[in-house]
This record gives sequence, structure tokens and C-alpha cells, in this order.
Amino acid sequence: MKAHSYALTAGKKWLKTFYILLFTLMAFTGFGQMPIFKRYYISDIPGMGWSADFYVTHYIHYIGAILLLGLLAYCIFDYFFTGRREFSLTVSAYVRILLLGGIVITGIFRVLKNLPDVVFSPEFTLFIDIAHLGFMMFYLLAALLFLIIKSGWVRELRN
Amino acid sequence: MKKEISRRSFLKGGLAAAGAVAASSLPLPEAVKAATGEELATLIDIRKCIGCEACVEACQEVNEPKFPEPKKPFPKMYPSRVKVSDWSDDRDVTDRLTPYNWVFIQEATVMVNGKEETFSFPRRCMHCQNPPCADLCPWGAARKLRNGITRIDADICLGGSKCKTVCPWHFPQRQTGVGLYLDILPNFAGNGVMYKCDRCYNRIEKGELPACIDICPENVQKIGPRGEIIKEAHAIAKEIKGYIYGEKENGGTNTIYVSPVPFEDLNKAIEIGPGMPDLNPVKDSMAHADNLAKAMIIAPIAGIAAAAGKFYSTSKKLTHTEEGKK
Ligand code: SF4
Ligand code: SF4
Ligand code: SF4
Repeated sequence: MKAHSYALTAGKKWLKTFYILLFTLMAFTGFGQMPIFKRYYISDIPGMGWSADFYVTHYIHYIGAILLLGLLAYCIFDYFFTGRREFSLTVSAYVRILLLGGIVITGIFRVLKNLPDVVFSPEFTLFIDIAHLGFMMFYLLAALLFLIIKSGWVRELRN
Repeated sequence: MKKEISRRSFLKGGLAAAGAVAASSLPLPEAVKAATGEELATLIDIRKCIGCEACVEACQEVNEPKFPEPKKPFPKMYPSRVKVSDWSDDRDVTDRLTPYNWVFIQEATVMVNGKEETFSFPRRCMHCQNPPCADLCPWGAARKLRNGITRIDADICLGGSKCKTVCPWHFPQRQTGVGLYLDILPNFAGNGVMYKCDRCYNRIEKGELPACIDICPENVQKIGPRGEIIKEAHAIAKEIKGYIYGEKENGGTNTIYVSPVPFEDLNKAIEIGPGMPDLNPVKDSMAHADNLAKAMIIAPIAGIAAAAGKFYSTSKKLTHTEEGKK
């Protein structure tokens, strides 16, 4: 194994852990936007009462989105600035990037929709709401599949 | 005469609103509301209301085709804590909000200058300017229209009642046994459809007045561009040294009440409970989303700056090492 002069932060263990934790939080608070946590006793678990408060889960989801946007921007640019010389993306990375892109873009439109002066057409509102959830479900399925077949994000380039 | 003026000015606003409705059916983000497109708001002068309930009857009559016709027996819902909400046998209830009664008359007896006086006024969805019921609906079933109406699409709503929970006044009302949930997983998800005042969106589309406004013998309500309605509300409030409710509540609504007595006093005198909303002061429910949205613009910039910083310092270190090797 060759020593890298430019180390990709994305390969670091702490970053992976942070990403997984953040994504789990986003998935949880995202699903919490549906009225299911109370129905299915999740908010009855001691210490989980907050999960049935839509304003609380919405707030956390926004904070998570801020962290996620910062992290994604960092990783993308870190890859372009430094990582590209020594690594290439795997096919599974492209699939995940596509789905992540879908989540982020529909998420941005959802944030816009919640601003006081923005009104989308009913059809577009319906589309972004369902698409945001749809992209997330596909992302989770894809992530599970790639975990099973042990396909990572990057591959080392051999010189 | 006054009525005619208000009708004429309404039609003007109505036409603009019809244009806005046509534009809002474009399935593209271009339909983002233009800063100039004015919303329609209603003015409710509670001094004039005599509590005759003609508005309540008119609402039930014109909106009858939109009312739920549930199939019975209802599919069993799990877990057992999920409650059925069935108003189909109580369609005549008019003293509170139900899926079959979208407006009701609230009464308050208060002291005015040492004399007891009773006020009555219609209560229904306020049509918030930034409605949490629509913003937070996970399916896009509740949505705001460009003309200031917030409505729930009965064909899409699954009846989870989130809109009711997040509405500061809990206006939407549920009927079990109707709607899309029956075709998905009726035993495990959804519980019917939510109903509330849709400000007669279909009548407004045609340039007609909402039924409750049209029928009122005392001209209690008026509808028009929000700016004009606010101006008029303030003029009345100034004249009678009165009070306004709905202009600032929940960040601003399209229903403006004017009263000669403080709403705090009315709030203490009305009956409050399920289907009977209060008149509390309400902070903007969506303020957190507005503030955090700003931070969302900064987050990616910070990420890029961090990546660039790392690149810069690595390059510098590398140059140093290479120079050292020479
Ligand atoms: S608003 Fe008009 S129609 Fe309704 S109860 Fe009052 S007076 Fe009667
Ligand atoms: S009053 Fe309640 S139901 Fe009506 S628009 Fe506002 S949040 Fe929605
Ligand atoms: S605006 Fe229409 S739907 Fe709303 S209360 Fe009046 S009559 Fe009923």
C-alpha cells in the first residue's frame, strides 16, 4: 500500500461514523414527520416522548440538514481538490450520489415551500413531498444492498 | 349599497385570484408566488353578527357534495389505541366543528362599560399566510393556494390528523372510513380524511363569494385583497377603539377579526374544547423553519471553505517536503 500524499477525509473512520449517525437521525426524524410514532408506541418508550412532537422532530431534521449539507459540500470538494488524483468512485458510489442528490434537491424544495412567501402548485407540492420520501427509501435499500455486497464509495487508483 | 361596493371590489380581487389559481395549476416551480400577487383575506366585524347561523347552514348546503360518505363497517385499525372518528350519523351538529360542519358560531358574554353584552362570531380555519398544516403535511395533501386559501385535498389525505395537531387552533376534523387509506393499508396506516373550511375555493375560482359571506344578512364578513382588508380593519379598530385578531397570529392569517372588546376577554368567555377553538395569541409556528433555512445557505459554503483550507495546507506541506528533499 502506497502512502498517500493527499488523504481523502471521506476514508476516515470518524467521518464514516458521523455520516451514519447523522443519516440515521435524518431518517428517524424524517419518518417522524408521518404520524406513526405515536400510533406505534415509539413515543411511549421512556425518553422518546419528543419523537411524537412534530415541531421538535422538524427542528432536529432541519439542524441535521444543515450538518448534512455542510458535510456533503466538504466531501464533494475534498474529492475534487485532493482525492481525485488517487481514488476513483465506485459504481455503488454513483448510485448513492444520484439518490442523495434526489434527497437533497427535493429537500431544498421542501424547505422553500415552508418559507412564508413561497407557494408551489398543488401538483408540484405533491411531487416533492412524495419524491423526498421515495428517494430516501431507495437510498436506504441501496445502502443496505451495498453493505451486504461490501461495496464502498471509493477505489484506489493504481499508478 | 355598501354590499354592492364590497361585491364589486371582490370581483376585481376575484378575477386576480382566478388568474392566480390558473397559474398555480402549473406543475413547475415557476409557480412560486410573485411578490406582488396579493392574497385574499376576509374581515369579520363581530359587532354586526347576530348569531343567526345562516352562514353555518349555507356552508353545509353548498359544501354538501364535498362531505364524506364513509363505507361501513370501518376496517379494523391496529393497534387498538387508534380511535374511529365518525360524524356521519351526527351531520346536524352545528355547535362545533366537525367534518360536516366547517364553520360554527361562538358566543361570548362580556362586560362592556359595566354592562353585560353578548357577542357572536363565526369560527373556521383562519387560512394562515404560512400554514403549518400545509407546510408539515407529509403527503402534500394540505396545501396553500396563491390566493391565500389553505385546503386539504380529500383525494390524497390519509387522515393521520397531523394538520390538526400542528394547527394552533386544531381546526381540521377527521372522518374515518373514507379516502385513499382504504386502498393502501387500512388496518395499519391512515384513518380517513381531514375536513375544514376551504374558503369555498371552487366558488372563488368562478368569481363568486364564499357562501357564508354571500348569505349573511348583516354583512358581517367581507373578502378582498389582504392589504385593503387590513387597512379597513385598522380603520374600524381606530374608530371604535377596538381590537384586531388574525393579523399577526401565527405569523399572519387571512382572517381578520375586529372587536370592540379585547380578544383576551372574549377568549375567557367562549366555550373552548374539541372542535371549539380558542382566541389565544399565537406565535408564528413556522418561525424556526425560516431561521434555520438561512443557516442552510451558509452550511455548504462552510463545507467548501473547509475542503479548500485542507487542500491548501496539504499542498503547502507537500511543497515544503519536496523542497526539503532537494
Ligand atoms: S356571520 Fe352573519 S350569517 Fe353568520 S351568524 Fe353572524 S349574522 Fe348570521
Ligand atoms: S388555521 Fe390551522 S388549518 Fe387553517 S390554515 Fe392555519 S394551520 Fe391550517
Ligand atoms: S368560506 Fe365556504 S367553506 Fe369556509 S366557512 Fe364559509 S361557506 Fe364554509
